[in-house]
Amino acid sequence: MPAYPVKVQPPTEDKRWGLVMATMKRHGYQSNAMIETLHTVQESFGFLDDDSLRFVSKALNVPLSKVYGVATFYHFFTLKPQGKHTCVICMGTACYVKGAGELMETIAKKYNVHPGETTDDGNLSLVTARCIGACGLAPAGVFDGEVNGKLTVADTLTKLTKWE
Amino acid sequence: MAANGQIKIFTLKIDGKDVSARSDQTVLQVCRENEFFIPTLCHLEGLSNIGACRLCMVEVAGQRKLLPACTTMVSEAMEVTTTNDKLAHYRKMTLELIFSERNHTCSVCVSNNHCELQFLSQKLGINHIRVPYRFPKFAVDASHPYFILDHNRCILCTRCVRVCDEIEGAHVWDVSGRGIQAKVITELNQPWGSADTCTQCGKCVNVCPVGALSEKGRSVAENTKRSGFLPYLTARRKEKI
Ligand code: SF4
Ligand code: SF4
Ligand code: FES
Ligand code: FES
Repeated sequence: MPAYPVKVQPPTEDKRWGLVMATMKRHGYQSNAMIETLHTVQESFGFLDDDSLRFVSKALNVPLSKVYGVATFYHFFTLKPQGKHTCVICMGTACYVKGAGELMETIAKKYNVHPGETTDDGNLSLVTARCIGACGLAPAGVFDGEVNGKLTVADTLTKLTKWE
Repeated sequence: MAANGQIKIFTLKIDGKDVSARSDQTVLQVCRENEFFIPTLCHLEGLSNIGACRLCMVEVAGQRKLLPACTTMVSEAMEVTTTNDKLAHYRKMTLELIFSERNHTCSVCVSNNHCELQFLSQKLGINHIRVPYRFPKFAVDASHPYFILDHNRCILCTRCVRVCDEIEGAHVWDVSGRGIQAKVITELNQPWGSADTCTQCGKCVNVCPVGALSEKGRSVAENTKRSGFLPYLTARRKEKI
């Protein structure tokens, strides 16, 4: 049995691992630094792939399945690279009541992508959110960072067509 | 438990009957000790309690909400009701929702006649499910040399997760996703057979209350389980530390 913490090398030479290592070091390689560390990976690389999950698991001595569970529990984390464009549709209660479900379905069907995933060509990520704090404007969505309210199916499709 | 770690003796009332209990006991433990029936699925003696299945809900005088007996500690002069119409209604509804979430067709299940879900439904008088089944389509994982995982029968009680973590110490399992997408996974959501951390001890299979985890080579109704090993394993391990 190796005594922990053991020095675990990052999976690649990529300089961004330095940031990740710094986060772990700041927390003394404690297992409760897992979420912080995953945050840094997400922010530095844009997503968490298997190699990075394995690395975090090993370096902090947290079981793989636990790391995977956390990475899939929080909407903040993604396991695949984000698309070129991101469309967030709020599925909070107010937006849902005002027809967010229909918006989501239409987009999913037209672009053949499930909520939370990215189109095969890597152009569009479709993301769901729980209440983005614009309930007065329900149903609301965020298109590449820009909040739009009172969305109709037609508006939404017009916006997305511009990205094609 | 008392702040100084000393165990006190409390007197409480369960369904009108006076019983005594140690301050480190849960309402469920005291009820069971005194032979009051409370249905449970996620609880298993020897594992930590997480209050996930909501079947063990009881009424406590002075509390507006129902409380899960498995995670509620006893207190002095507590008055607990274990059976009434409201509780029966909720417990039935909870079971029906559990059934509808996956695909429980008992007649073709390895655990037919050995299943805790089936047993409780019979006991609580469930004869049909009032909500539509969701019938999600999950692949069966038969990659492990000895065991099979069928998500279609899983009730997400997380007993497998806890026994593997708390008793075996391997923590092969966890839950991925949330809400309706939640499912149990091994390591990085990979085939169980490729999970290097699995010691193949079979504890998870033996504590699974339903037909989701079974030994290979068992056919319909042959999936018998042995979970009696848990309380003494837990106790002996504690003594060693
Ligand atoms: S067989 Fe043992 S080690 Fe493997 S997953 Fe089950 S409980 Fe964990
Ligand atoms: S596989 Fe069995 S023990 Fe594990 S969560 Fe599902 S029902 Fe519970
Ligand atoms: S529910 Fe959509 S913004 Fe609040
Ligand atoms: S046994 Fe108490 S919530 Fe499941």
